[in-house]
Amino acid sequence: MRVALFAPCFVDHLVPSAAIAALRVLERLGIVVDVPDGAACCGQPVANAGFASAGAAALERFADTFASYDHVVVLSGSCAVHVRGHATGIGDAGIRVAQRTTEFCAFLHDVVGVERVRMLGATLRARVALHIGCHALRGLDLARPSELQLRPSNKVRAVLATVEGLSFAALARPDECCGFGGSFSIGEGAVSARMGRDRLADVQAGGATALVTTDLSCAIHLRGVDRAAGGALPMWHVAEVLAGMAACDALDASGGER
Amino acid sequence: MRDRGEPRPLPVLDATGAVDHAAGAERFVANEARTTWHDASLWFVREKRDRAASTVEDWEALRDAASAIKTHTLSRLDEYLAQFEQRATARGITVHWARDAAEHNEIVLGILSARGARRLVKSKSMLTEECGLNDYLIGRGIDVVDTDLGERIVQLRNEPPSHIVMPAIHLKKEEIGETFHEHLGTPAGDDDPDALTAAARVHLRARFLAADAALTGVNFAIAETGGIVVCTNEGNADLGTALAPVHIASMGIEKLVPRAADLGVFLRLLARSATGQASTVYASHMHAARPGQALHVVLVDNGRSAQLGRADFWGSLKCIRCAACINTCPVYRRSGGYSYGSTVPGPIGSVLTPGFDLQKYASLPFASTLCGSCAAVCPVRVDLDVQLYKWRQLAVDAGYVSPVKGWLMRRLGAVLADPALLQLTVGIAGAILRVVPRPLARRLAGAWGRWRELPEMPAQSFRAWYRANRRGPD
Repeated sequence: MRVALFAPCFVDHLVPSAAIAALRVLERLGIVVDVPDGAACCGQPVANAGFASAGAAALERFADTFASYDHVVVLSGSCAVHVRGHATGIGDAGIRVAQRTTEFCAFLHDVVGVERVRMLGATLRARVALHIGCHALRGLDLARPSELQLRPSNKVRAVLATVEGLSFAALARPDECCGFGGSFSIGEGAVSARMGRDRLADVQAGGATALVTTDLSCAIHLRGVDRAAGGALPMWHVAEVLAGMAACDALDASGGER
Repeated sequence: MRDRGEPRPLPVLDATGAVDHAAGAERFVANEARTTWHDASLWFVREKRDRAASTVEDWEALRDAASAIKTHTLSRLDEYLAQFEQRATARGITVHWARDAAEHNEIVLGILSARGARRLVKSKSMLTEECGLNDYLIGRGIDVVDTDLGERIVQLRNEPPSHIVMPAIHLKKEEIGETFHEHLGTPAGDDDPDALTAAARVHLRARFLAADAALTGVNFAIAETGGIVVCTNEGNADLGTALAPVHIASMGIEKLVPRAADLGVFLRLLARSATGQASTVYASHMHAARPGQALHVVLVDNGRSAQLGRADFWGSLKCIRCAACINTCPVYRRSGGYSYGSTVPGPIGSVLTPGFDLQKYASLPFASTLCGSCAAVCPVRVDLDVQLYKWRQLAVDAGYVSPVKGWLMRRLGAVLADPALLQLTVGIAGAILRVVPRPLARRLAGAWGRWRELPEMPAQSFRAWYRANRRGPD
């Protein structure tokens, strides 16, 4: 089984700690992981803004880079959705890569299995608000969206439930969009920021001590909104929780007291 | 308080006359308390919809069935329209065909003029809003009274509806109290919903009794029987059509279903999706004129054939106008109906309206995070988020985004395809951020920094770390 880890452009440069965490988690699970040179981005940021043609080169490079892997584990739900939905338009290699591209939590849940994840023995004393990116939620079936009248399921929650000491804050609107939306965050900045504030207010009302997410693009936006209002809510990727790095951060923040 | 003739609450337009959704939305959210209230009002309806849907076993299968029936109908729309005309005509219904809004309005005026009708009562019809019928008729001496309570409220205020199911959802009861005080003579300061509704009832009853003609919309037209179904909660369509000697029913050509049995699917979905009710209070099946009454059905195209011919967007014609996508849309809830500048706002409006005039409505497909909640609530499974994405591509291809944005996005596309160039760009940005004071940096970051703090720039990227720690020195 050849497994590649893809840290999307913004994760690579803005949240490298999460990618390091993901790599460590996969390695500890005994998976041989490759981080090939080549693609830096899947092209989603420009494609969703209406410039799919301008993003085509990035997507083609992605397909080339990951053509030979059995699993391409992407550290972003929305990028995985973009590749799965759009790489199919660039020939056989694209179709193959689209089928083999998955998101980090989906890979852990579907391929690795929750019982193996439990053996990581991760610990985090926190009451977390779970934020699954909208694309990951509705485009990858990571969890049952609140609109659908189907049996409840939540792969991310199942993965995080293996973490000792971690509990989940109940949100009034469990899967309300945070307002990031790529270029929407710029073009519709006022509404985007308002959505972010509303999401954070729900997180706070739920008594969460931290936010854990599948999508760091959401978290970068939410952190920006939170910090602009003087907040300090910790926000982590699921991988950082599983790798124990979130626990270290929490320990640092509390001055070493637990 | 606005008087008649004063400007309506128009959307914000840019220099070219195109709707600037972002500007209208920014104006809306500037009132934080009102935005909170508006968002909560619509979220209440969304939650009510969830509870209603949860009571139906196999809700998702019902959505599949509805989508399949509509898809089939649209694939043979010409045949079903001809069948409907034939069956309706056989029942004594007069069927008219309108190519566009102007033809529709002329046909309605022609029916009224032939009868010497001067007083028209209307039940809710977004199609007549789309056609600008009220202004057209009022300008030609017809007294037009909207009889749906919400529609009457916005009509008295000389405003368009801000929502297709709840036309006055943008108004608070205090504001409605003021409007009624001014126009209906209710006591100043009276904002009790029951009292205001009672006042509207008395006011409208006189109009119903005096009407020469009644116009209704159509929720479903049945090809097999030649009949129509009109759904309301207030009974106003029934009262209007039961009293007036002429009934005009205006419908978009996409409102057809093949068989009466299909209504069993759609009527179960419609009210639950729209307002969380198990059923609308009235679902009136009209299959012939009353004795002594004339019944006219106006079939309106107005761009629908063109939309049907668009491979990526024909699915939007499956829409049954329940507004579930509007209620769930996190952007609509926080930007209000008027920011869209179109008769149908929200996600469905943003895929329908660009078909009329892409240049004018190019900003609407961008008024979304593509979160997909709209498609997930849609009772007929319109793939709204996919269609929004596709309209964005067409808007860009047609050159309807700013040249600056176009240049930036194409440059960004090139940078993202080239890891070395991306590393260089990020390196430069990081170097600038490290020397520039934060407040200035936020200003330099434009729209991002206006609303948010900037992210920290780590000293080392993941790839650089990986090279150093997993592969050893190059």
